Amino acid sequence: MKFSGLIFANLFRKKIRLLLTIGSFAVALFLFAFLAVVRDAFGRGADVAGADRLVIINRTSIINPIPLSYRDKILRIPGVKVITHNNWFGGVYQDEKNFFPQFVIDPENQRQVVPELIVPDDQWSDFLKDRQGAIVGARTAERFGWKIGQRIPLKTTLWGGGNWEFNLVGIYHGKRPQDDETQFWLQWDYFQEHVPERIKGQVGWYVLRLDSPDDAVRVAKAIDEEYANSPYETKTETESAFAAGWVKQFGNIQFLIATIGVVVFFTLLLVTGNTMAISVRERTSELAVFKAIGFSDRAVLFFVLAESLVIAVFGGLLGLVLAVLAVPVLTKALNGLLPNLVLAPRFLVLGLLVAVFVGLASGVLPGLGAMRLRIVNALRRV
Amino acid sequence: MIRVDGTGKSNSLIQVRGLDKTYRRGGEEIQVLQRLNLDVDKGDFVAFMGPSGSGKTTLLNLLGGLDVPTHGSITVAGDEITHMSGGKLTNWRARHVGFIFQMYNLIPVLTAFQNVELPLLLTKLSKSDRRKHAETALGVVGLAERMNHYPRQLSGGQEQRVAIARAIVADPTFLLCDEPTGDLDRKSADEIMDLIHRLVKEYGKTVLMVTHDPVVARQADLTLHLEKGLLVESAEQPQGVVAGGAA
Repeated sequence: MKFSGLIFANLFRKKIRLLLTIGSFAVALFLFAFLAVVRDAFGRGADVAGADRLVIINRTSIINPIPLSYRDKILRIPGVKVITHNNWFGGVYQDEKNFFPQFVIDPENQRQVVPELIVPDDQWSDFLKDRQGAIVGARTAERFGWKIGQRIPLKTTLWGGGNWEFNLVGIYHGKRPQDDETQFWLQWDYFQEHVPERIKGQVGWYVLRLDSPDDAVRVAKAIDEEYANSPYETKTETESAFAAGWVKQFGNIQFLIATIGVVVFFTLLLVTGNTMAISVRERTSELAVFKAIGFSDRAVLFFVLAESLVIAVFGGLLGLVLAVLAVPVLTKALNGLLPNLVLAPRFLVLGLLVAVFVGLASGVLPGLGAMRLRIVNALRRV
Repeated sequence: MIRVDGTGKSNSLIQVRGLDKTYRRGGEEIQVLQRLNLDVDKGDFVAFMGPSGSGKTTLLNLLGGLDVPTHGSITVAGDEITHMSGGKLTNWRARHVGFIFQMYNLIPVLTAFQNVELPLLLTKLSKSDRRKHAETALGVVGLAERMNHYPRQLSGGQEQRVAIARAIVADPTFLLCDEPTGDLDRKSADEIMDLIHRLVKEYGKTVLMVTHDPVVARQADLTLHLEKGLLVESAEQPQGVVAGGAA
């Protein structure tokens, strides 16, 4: 503690340089937090997926349908607890930029298969009673200012096209902050009434729950073998594998984000290392005086490391605080393009640890240089 | 008694025996000090003179444990420093040596008080004790009123006085002064020399000083010249000042 005054006095020697270095740490950590949040949002599907859920799609592609008739057969496979099915609706609300996912759901089993998305019982009961009923996630409802009882028109070019009208009867909430609250659910029966005859009785995909997650591999294999060589071959995988595959369609986002992160921190390491090296070189003779009057080599190393650490921690905290403030703004600006952006505490801790590491790493070489300084030579350099 | 013939008492404060220092420059060996002997007692004030490159500063660096000799030994208050490890030598310097440099070498971001307090940070003194010591040292050099000034707010002479306060604050065994007036005008130089003289006379400090200035050197008890790597007594030593310390 008695050296803290010394460390801070040295830090404030060049105020503009100090501000710029702290600023570069803040920007890097802000970027780190932002990338971590986006990466998390892309991987969210895999993270929030139920361990006991399987997704069945057409082996050719998810845009190819599967017959509804498969449902009962699949349900008879040992280990399958409950099954539901969905279709992608693909409607537009007023303007194409108002994107949010809309799913045709099977009201019978939806709540058993996806229990983490909670609909109040009275609203669910209204939904079952009204074939034109719709339930929407809280975020989408908030985004458009929708209230229960409101009539929602959606326009689609799929399923024979045209304008579809729905009665908003319920709003669901996720159990966890990371649950997707942007979906819009409409009823299978209403959907079936309106689609052309040739595509009636065809679902987009099935989602089933197992008695036990341990059955996943066996049940998936059994389903796919059951429909092998049929006109509608299936591909069954765990929900997390399905979600990960979905994200992969955007390209290797994880790798891209990780690469950007590494480049940012490597650049930061070089910038801070260079700043510390300049700072040490500028006060070579002062460091020699410290050593001459009895400060040990380790003490000199400690001073340099402490200075770079203080810069890193201050800059890092500043960047993370800015990220905490910016993420909600960003979530709004993205208009539901990504699921809820959540800056989890683990990202803050990780960010701070990375800042500490970069701070120490950038101070090591200049610090060792200062430590090895020969007093006699350094005193000559005035 | 200051002696250069290697026949000093065994209990001299500083005892140098057969000191050699050789530098290597571009494959060539340059011998700066050759078989040099020196004995300095407590309270002695000795000045070293000699042409540039004669090895004055090298000798001072060796005596202060900042450099190691090629051969020979240096014993200070019974401690042979020539074979001490780096860490031990650092601790030894903190306890025994007060350095005063030509360019003052104050830390510009610290106040006069903080500069003087620096050596005390290495001790176990409490904050209030450190403050007392630093204030006393600044009082001795006449700068108690300026303790909160930064070096840039002080004149050259005042900066050197702060440097002297820093050198004496931990009550070292001896002071090493490398051209302490070399960067000062005559008036300031005289003030600094009066101060150093006072430290010797009133506080019994032992001072070894390198200087180019004969006027400054005359303030010392004895002036030694470095010639061809050896110390010789000055022929111009004024009457009344003898090699035995205060006249």
